[in-house]
Amino acid sequence: MSGAIPQSLHEQLSHQLSQVVGFIYPNEVETQWAILIVVYPYLTGIVAGAFILASLVKVFNVVEVQPIYRLALLTALAFMLVAGMPLQLHLGHPERAYEIFFTPQPTSAMAMFGFVYLWYLLGILLIEIWFEYRHQLVLMAQRSRGLMKGVYGALSLFSKDVSAEALAFDHKASKIITIIGIPSAFLLHGYVGFIFGSVKANPWWGSVLMPIVFLMSAIVSGIAMVMFIYILLSLLRNERLDMRCLDKVGLFLLVAIIVDFALEALDYIHRIYQSEESIGILTELVAARLFTSLVIVQLLLGMLVPLLILVLVRIVNFNEELRKLLYFSASVLILLGIFSMRWNVVIGGQLYSKSFRGLMAYKMEITGIESLVTALALLALPFIILIVLFRVLPPRWMEKNAPAAAH
Amino acid sequence: MNKREFLKDAILFFPAAATLQALAPTAEGKAESAKTPPDYDATRHWYGMGIDVDKCIGCNRCVEACKAENDVPDEPFFFRTWIERYQIRQNGETTVECISTRAAPPEQAEPEDPTVVRTFFVPKLCNQCAHPPCVQVCPVGATFQTQDGVVLVDAERCIGCRYCIQACPYGARYLNPKTRTADKCTFCYHRITEGLLPACVEVCPTEARIFGDLKGRADRLVRFHRVNPISVLKPDLNTEPKVLYARLDGEVR
Amino acid sequence: MRLPEQVTRLGIVIAIIVAAVLLLRFVILPDSLFSARPHQAAAVEREMAKPLRHAGVAACRECHEEQFELKYGGKHRNIGCENCHGPSARHAADENAEKPRLPREREFCLACHGFDASRPNGFPQVDPQQHKPRKKCVACHDAHDPVPPKTPQECGGCHGRIERTKALSTHALLACSSCHTVDERHMTEPRLARPTKPDSRETCGGCHAAGSTDPAASKAVVDLASHGGTYVCWECHYAHLPEGRK
Repeated sequence: MSGAIPQSLHEQLSHQLSQVVGFIYPNEVETQWAILIVVYPYLTGIVAGAFILASLVKVFNVVEVQPIYRLALLTALAFMLVAGMPLQLHLGHPERAYEIFFTPQPTSAMAMFGFVYLWYLLGILLIEIWFEYRHQLVLMAQRSRGLMKGVYGALSLFSKDVSAEALAFDHKASKIITIIGIPSAFLLHGYVGFIFGSVKANPWWGSVLMPIVFLMSAIVSGIAMVMFIYILLSLLRNERLDMRCLDKVGLFLLVAIIVDFALEALDYIHRIYQSEESIGILTELVAARLFTSLVIVQLLLGMLVPLLILVLVRIVNFNEELRKLLYFSASVLILLGIFSMRWNVVIGGQLYSKSFRGLMAYKMEITGIESLVTALALLALPFIILIVLFRVLPPRWMEKNAPAAAH
Repeated sequence: MNKREFLKDAILFFPAAATLQALAPTAEGKAESAKTPPDYDATRHWYGMGIDVDKCIGCNRCVEACKAENDVPDEPFFFRTWIERYQIRQNGETTVECISTRAAPPEQAEPEDPTVVRTFFVPKLCNQCAHPPCVQVCPVGATFQTQDGVVLVDAERCIGCRYCIQACPYGARYLNPKTRTADKCTFCYHRITEGLLPACVEVCPTEARIFGDLKGRADRLVRFHRVNPISVLKPDLNTEPKVLYARLDGEVR
Repeated sequence: MRLPEQVTRLGIVIAIIVAAVLLLRFVILPDSLFSARPHQAAAVEREMAKPLRHAGVAACRECHEEQFELKYGGKHRNIGCENCHGPSARHAADENAEKPRLPREREFCLACHGFDASRPNGFPQVDPQQHKPRKKCVACHDAHDPVPPKTPQECGGCHGRIERTKALSTHALLACSSCHTVDERHMTEPRLARPTKPDSRETCGGCHAAGSTDPAASKAVVDLASHGGTYVCWECHYAHLPEGRK
């Protein structure tokens, strides 16, 4: 059967074949999971991390973080709505995707993840946000007219009761859902880690630590994203932000980074110490293909530098403006570093041959379905959704319009 | 039922009806007209393949025959089977090369490398594992093992997520660029169920590939399994491959 | 305890969604949608129905008995017809539909028989540059019974790698028959009448034992009584390249 494969694919694979070093199984020349599958764990990680940050307020009563509670929830929702898109776009047959829900194979982590995702979105996030915002929605429905009145009415499920008992129930319900939500968030992103960690064929992925490392890095990225958005909003709106809140978030971020770094360091030390058969090719992989993205971006710029910044902020008494700048820089570096970490895991795991005798290459396409442009669009989309969410569910509406009832 | 609820149900009716219509054909699990021999009983067979590495001459005809038989794209990026050349040197270094991706055999005999102490060809293909990791990870059950031991892909249900390709330790799978579904060696299932040999076995000039039925009583593969020291690829991964290599060199991965 | 009003409302919404899902799953939509089994059975049928491209030797034999018998008696007995003639199922079904290829060009035979060091020991190989360059193989060899016009007198005809190795060694001028006894049946039935390997130390000792007067072996003379126990010499020394690889 003669070649009528798409020209772009032919070019990409020819190029990648020419970049092969050593020996690879011939089918390995194609990078099966490309940039879209790098974006997807990045997005779900931020969802889990933002929710964990929000849960600090509700479950662990960290009142300093209260100002960004709703922001964290909305961030989680915005990213959650986009998280499924890279998967859908990546499929060879996206029109058959419903089969994952109709005929899931119970032994497949990917199939089970579909249900975990649905549970988290519908059972946790949406209900949590509903209870948090219900009072505001009722008030907004009362004070609006026409279409918006209908919209807010529907969003509040046309409930009217804003008595003290009803509100107290809302708070209690919120707390209970958050308590269920924390392990659910762990399950959400831990499952993504398990999808990789359970692949025994690939020693770069298949390790017991993978789900844990993924989860910790998710928490880091989620906290960093909320911090980033919070500071960005204050810059755009030219408003003061709550430094006590920011400092507290910075502290949690610091703790999260330390734990994440320790786990990743443990992974590397363990591999090198055990020195199994794959260590030769994996060392070559890091040196030849992943040096910049792993050593420079992920570890140095994405972890060590932000770690130093956050430690510095704690021990030196910088003024508010400088602290804001440092937190902003740290969060940007972390977000880049965690993205790089997803790249190093997903793409890195496909840059060496399972024969342990060669290295491949991945040439990301600029345009197309699985391309840089699509990835950037998917990374930008949550922010656009967030803008819409701010309009529909303004986080600080209560303080401005019903100060007596606000938290 | 009040106005609100009625409206909601009415609005939901149309997309629901459309979805049901679209799903109806899938519900029947439609099959094309099959020419299955009516008395073929899959439970009486357990297929496997034996590879005698000492016999392979690296002619690559099996690769060509497989591509012709199974509509595998001609390009050197997709293979259901391929041949590897090993060169093991005095100092322990091993060089491996896939000879199936080259455009044509070299015109001149290559100069001999005096540092090579062992050199041979190894045919590779899907191992049709008895404990297949690819089947384990398929989210929709599109890839499955038949009762006669062959792992197949249902190209009408595969969603092209590529998880199975990641899970295969042997690099046996690829994504078919035409069908956009996962694809791999099927032991030429359409041939073996009619009593024919897989295409690669059919054309192998030196009988380096032995196809057979491990449940058979008088079967070439059963004898192969008895008289040769047998090993499989990556036994530590517990995939229980059914492609049995005789006297395989330890350097082969 | 009375349920707060909002919980009742939320409960109703959730109940409706759950009911709708259950209704769809267990009542409205057919069960076969939710099981992979019937689809797998259908997939097996579809797989079995795929078209044959290779006919198989038995099919070729039905019409080409003469070529089959000729091939069966010769060295190419185990090569399937379609190895050389390509997939021929369409031709087997309708002989005029498509004629299989008739590869007569030299490169075709050299794909198997051109010298390659990785080929197994004893597989007949030629050096394409030295063996009748540019001449078509089929001019001298019948592809269905490729007995060479003259039985190769040189062992190197089939044992090319060994011959090349030995040619660079100190044993270059030694004939194969100095150490190996070869029955002439080996030329035509190689696996049935294998050459011998020396089974005593005296074979090598003839030139290499202490007191030997052979000028060629003068640099490698040992006292057999004290050298190498009772092992046969080739268990340590590679006679085709005794000085070893660098």
